[in-house]
Amino acid sequence: MSAAPEAVTESSAIEAVPKRAMTLGYGASLAALALLILIPLFVKNFIIFQMTMLLIYGLAVLALNILTGGSGQFSLGQSAFYAVGAYASAILMETYNVNYALTLPISGVICFAFGFLFGLPALRLSGIYLALATFALATAMPQLLKLNVFEPWTGGVQGLVVTKPDPPFGLPISQDMWLYYFTLVITIAIYIFSVNLLRSRSGRAFMAIRDNEIAASAMGVNVALYKTLAFGVSAGITGVAGALGAIAVQFVAPDSYTFTLAIQLFLGMVVGGVGWLPGSIVGSAFIIFVPNIAEGISKGLSGAMFGVLLFLVIFLMPHGARQVAMMAQQIVGKFKRS
Amino acid sequence: MLSRQGFKIAALATAAIAFAATAGSALAQKKYDTGATDTEIKIGNIMPYSGPASAYGVIGKIEDAYFKMINDQGGINGRKIKFITYDDGYSPPKAVEQARKLVESDEVLLVFSPLGTPSNSAIEKYMNAKKVPQLFVATGATKFGEYKSFPWTMGWQPTYQSEGRIYAKYLMKEKPDAKIAVLYQNDDFGKDLLKGLKDGLGEKAASMIVAEESYETAEPSIDSHIVKLKASGADVYFSMTTPKFAAQSIKKVAEIGWKPMYFQSNVGASVGSVIQPAGFENAQGILSAAYAKDGSDPQWDNDEGMKKFYAFLAKYAPDANKSDGSVVFGYGQAQTMVQVLKQAGDNLTRQNIMKQAENLKDFTPDTLLPGIKINTSPTDFYPIEQLQMMRFNGQKWDLFGPIISGEIRD
Repeated sequence: MSAAPEAVTESSAIEAVPKRAMTLGYGASLAALALLILIPLFVKNFIIFQMTMLLIYGLAVLALNILTGGSGQFSLGQSAFYAVGAYASAILMETYNVNYALTLPISGVICFAFGFLFGLPALRLSGIYLALATFALATAMPQLLKLNVFEPWTGGVQGLVVTKPDPPFGLPISQDMWLYYFTLVITIAIYIFSVNLLRSRSGRAFMAIRDNEIAASAMGVNVALYKTLAFGVSAGITGVAGALGAIAVQFVAPDSYTFTLAIQLFLGMVVGGVGWLPGSIVGSAFIIFVPNIAEGISKGLSGAMFGVLLFLVIFLMPHGARQVAMMAQQIVGKFKRS
Repeated sequence: MLSRQGFKIAALATAAIAFAATAGSALAQKKYDTGATDTEIKIGNIMPYSGPASAYGVIGKIEDAYFKMINDQGGINGRKIKFITYDDGYSPPKAVEQARKLVESDEVLLVFSPLGTPSNSAIEKYMNAKKVPQLFVATGATKFGEYKSFPWTMGWQPTYQSEGRIYAKYLMKEKPDAKIAVLYQNDDFGKDLLKGLKDGLGEKAASMIVAEESYETAEPSIDSHIVKLKASGADVYFSMTTPKFAAQSIKKVAEIGWKPMYFQSNVGASVGSVIQPAGFENAQGILSAAYAKDGSDPQWDNDEGMKKFYAFLAKYAPDANKSDGSVVFGYGQAQTMVQVLKQAGDNLTRQNIMKQAENLKDFTPDTLLPGIKINTSPTDFYPIEQLQMMRFNGQKWDLFGPIISGEIRD
């Protein structure tokens, strides 16, 4: 199928990102890690909660980044995978009394399967058509969750309340702080996994497909397999993020996972820099904090203010946080030479 | 640019003010919880100013305006109200974030009138764990009022179940042999209302209700449901619908020449947004129930309470649409909040706020129908439980009959 001529020539919205440029250097990574570990020790619980959400949305943006930045496929349906992960975790915890930590891999596997299966029909679509198909998934999900048939498990519109886990072994820290470090460990693990994935054979296959599908298949890359695989991995990670989100927010309801969430994640990816994994955290910070800033500037026009801020970012830094990071790197480089 | 001298003075002044503020609260420690001082009471609020339910955002604006009026009149026992309201876009995770921001960062005394069933469900557990009052939630879901499991959460408006029971009471008296067809919205609102009706009918519910149809808010038209319900041969029809579908229903029932005894749920009974678009001629004789006065109804022009309401609107919210039920709603809620704070006096602890909220006796906000009173007790967390039946006549609702109580008691 890959040899079929494209009816519509798409402009390549995703430019080729060399795989080295996808990550941070060791020094910068360690500095970022140190900050993420140390800050919670000095701030209020509310800030810790916001930082937890920062990591969780960061994971979801990262997942989209693998899909779009890595394999070049669009998705406006990430909210659906996020919802499935969140519900899977919430139902397992509340109905079947499964330990919260165990629900994460289960949610991940369920979402991986879901994403992989969805990736199969999506194979026939590309570019904006794929974006539309995933959009349909995102709009359908909240309604599916409200269906009467599923209500014994999902709680219908009322949603499910999730119990927040206590720190284990009687550690003398707050629930929020425990959950933050728990999330941090998982985020780091998934980040390392993602970096290695993109550097591996599979990652090269993703990028080959992204850069030129026909050339990739000519070189023996199984395009169908790797495209669906990218969908599966992306959905799996999003599912884990959703599960963590359910635990952190302590509540799941269909209205939590509307199409707006999918757009937010997409926005986070663009602002963070498409294809630049560390940018996911920056993008996540954008979608969490900028609406609050916009609301602080003007309550009545918060949406318009948000638009203005977003426009400024895209206009001044079309490649998002990646561009800032590269500029910083160049400046540091100059200092070193002189 | 600020000169260095000027900056020093500013810094000193700030320090002095900060010192004075801390000293003040330290002296009066016994009476205050976080969020209240000798000069100020901080009240938090969460509203969907953006997103799918943004039409309700006007409630927050009216409440803000009401507290401004109170402040202009000198505040409550000399304390000004600082109303901090945030947007949650009707998204439960955002509501949790905003609730935490209000409680932990802004340090409000209480959270007042957060809107929507999903958002309130999301923050209920947190508010109760933190022991911060979640007062007068803006939703009619019956779950907000369970004083045993959630002693820090209280509703305000009549619950949808109460409304259902009141219709049942009326029906049992007027038409005990009715054959009932029900159309309900497939969410907590529709289901709660239906449950109230069934509970009210008791054992006879199974034999009296001959047809039930539910619809999703995503459906473009509910016509086919109505045709089906007519075919059931019912002579009583319940339209448990929100405005858009309420208007569709009124129109369709008239169009197919069905003439049942027609009940329309209160949320879909607005003259401006439902009846007028559906056509006055189609709505004659429809029954519903109300607890608040209609801001656009001329019969209240000389009503003492509504005169105050109109004066308030003219001065503090000149842009507000008085026929919008949310405006009347926000006013009534804010007035109840002020009453609780007045009763609390100088003892502004969270505990005492709840105690006063549990101790409202025959309180009547300006915008409630004559005879409807707010009563609460430590075992009754449903402030408004009464409604009055009304019938559509000409171009307005005519209230009739006694005030009926739809109390939910196990």
